[in-house]
Amino acid sequence: MAQSKLSADRRGWPFYALGAVFVAYVVFLYGPMVCIYLLSFQGPQGGLSFPMRGVSLHWFDQLIEQGDTGDLMGALSRSIPLALIVMALTVLISLAGGLAFRSRFPGSGTLFYLVIASLVAPGYVLSIGIGLMFQMFGFETNWYTSALGAQLSWTLPFGLLIMFAIFGRFSRSYEEASRDLGANQLQTMWLVVVPILLPGMIAVALFGFTLSYDEFARTLQTTGSTNTVPIEIWSMTQNVTSPSIYALGTLTTGLSFVVIGVSLGAIALIQRRRLGSVAGQE
Amino acid sequence: MAATVRKPGLSPIMSARLKSFALVLPLALVLLVFVVVPLAVVLAVSVFRYDNFEVIPAFTFENYQSVLSSHLTLSLYLTMLKLAAMTWICTLLIGYSVAAFLVFHVRSRLVAIGLFLLCTVPFWTSNVIRMISWLPLLGKQGVINQALMASGLIQEPLQFLLFSDFSVVVSYVHLFTIFMIVPIFNAMSRIDRSLFEAAHDAGAARWQTVLWVVLPLTKSGIVLGSIFVVTLVMGDFYVVKVMSGGTDASVVSAMYDDISTLLFPHAAASAAVLMIILTAMVAAILRLVDVRKELVSGR
Repeated sequence: MAQSKLSADRRGWPFYALGAVFVAYVVFLYGPMVCIYLLSFQGPQGGLSFPMRGVSLHWFDQLIEQGDTGDLMGALSRSIPLALIVMALTVLISLAGGLAFRSRFPGSGTLFYLVIASLVAPGYVLSIGIGLMFQMFGFETNWYTSALGAQLSWTLPFGLLIMFAIFGRFSRSYEEASRDLGANQLQTMWLVVVPILLPGMIAVALFGFTLSYDEFARTLQTTGSTNTVPIEIWSMTQNVTSPSIYALGTLTTGLSFVVIGVSLGAIALIQRRRLGSVAGQE
Repeated sequence: MAATVRKPGLSPIMSARLKSFALVLPLALVLLVFVVVPLAVVLAVSVFRYDNFEVIPAFTFENYQSVLSSHLTLSLYLTMLKLAAMTWICTLLIGYSVAAFLVFHVRSRLVAIGLFLLCTVPFWTSNVIRMISWLPLLGKQGVINQALMASGLIQEPLQFLLFSDFSVVVSYVHLFTIFMIVPIFNAMSRIDRSLFEAAHDAGAARWQTVLWVVLPLTKSGIVLGSIFVVTLVMGDFYVVKVMSGGTDASVVSAMYDDISTLLFPHAAASAAVLMIILTAMVAAILRLVDVRKELVSGR
């Protein structure tokens, strides 16, 4: 009796109230984004707001062929490799860090708070610091050195926090069983731990790639004379007042959606196979 | 077999520690080189004279004096604190409701995960683009004004929608609510449902259960989310600049203007002041809950 009331077999008003907030939030989240995707497909007469004037790919052509931005292709040719490097390093370093943090070691407390500090420190302050540091030691700032490090200071805390959550549900008995069966440490890692953690590692990779690809404040003073995509977008917001900036938004968000889709699809596929193989054994 | 092979003379605890050290070494190095040293450099530049990219070790408080004695600094901080407070309230209310809906009211776990991802996807796309996507909605000719005029609710377009505190807070809420949802979602997911039955059996009404069971158990999530939102707003660079129409500056965008005019020591002193204020705010919030226990052990 009491239970049926509590587990909300009949939907009470809180369900509808919170459901309404949820739906409103999702509309709030996606509505504006959808607006600029629509506006980016306007005809040549199009302006910055509705109503749409015609439908064409004019503003994409303007963006890519006419060079409405300074150097979009150049920025992409830096942003994408950078995001891939940051992604790979974030996965490796977070995995190693997550393994280590399962037990307390001297300095683990300090290191943990350093991770949190790296996460909440204002990005631009770090950007200034890294830029000044490179100048003081006589190095040139560059996307594959200073900006790479600056972005890792942003992606690693996320990677590590996700790893903590994953290891919270990971039982050490798998490793013990593997060891009892005669596997050495590398074999245990590669054949047991990594396959079990793979979905979580893909999630970390997703964060690594997208957070790097969209990083702005930490990259601004550290990327040297050559821009990354978010900095191109930023400079466009300062001086471009045509829908080609929306076209850039559609383009770069499209790329993000591809990455998100591939990652989430891979995770879903792995989970499904696992469920399948468990069911198949019975 | 392999498990029992150990280097002679190394106790199991020592070898386990060495392994831990080896595993965290890359992480520690990155944080040392790209967080600790840069912040130390900022502090150094803020108290030394600085000429032609070289720190001249002549100690001075001039930079701090000029930052702290300026009326601009005070008004910047007051503006940012006001914006942070408004954003915090909105993100907390929305984030708590969304998390509660997903955890307590969606029955299928799979659907809950799907809806949770729906909230997360925009976080993985460009923040600058998400911010400017408000321009066609909030403008004088924007969607909201057009709709309100067409419906006859207003005769004149509402001016306060764009390039105002309103549009700045809307953008912050749009960008940062996810930082509130995730930790609260996490905390709520860990609540043992039998506690609700216990509360009910003990005669608690629904609001009492929420107030005395759910709220205390989600305190850690609220604290973490609040730290993220407050620090993100205080460290914001571009939202205030763009969404206020270029008239207002944030603490950080003022630093950017300093850097553009090569006033490095002034920017460094301003950065140091911001770091000290943020550290104090976070430390005050952290007194409420042991974050490490919440995050590392996972329960």
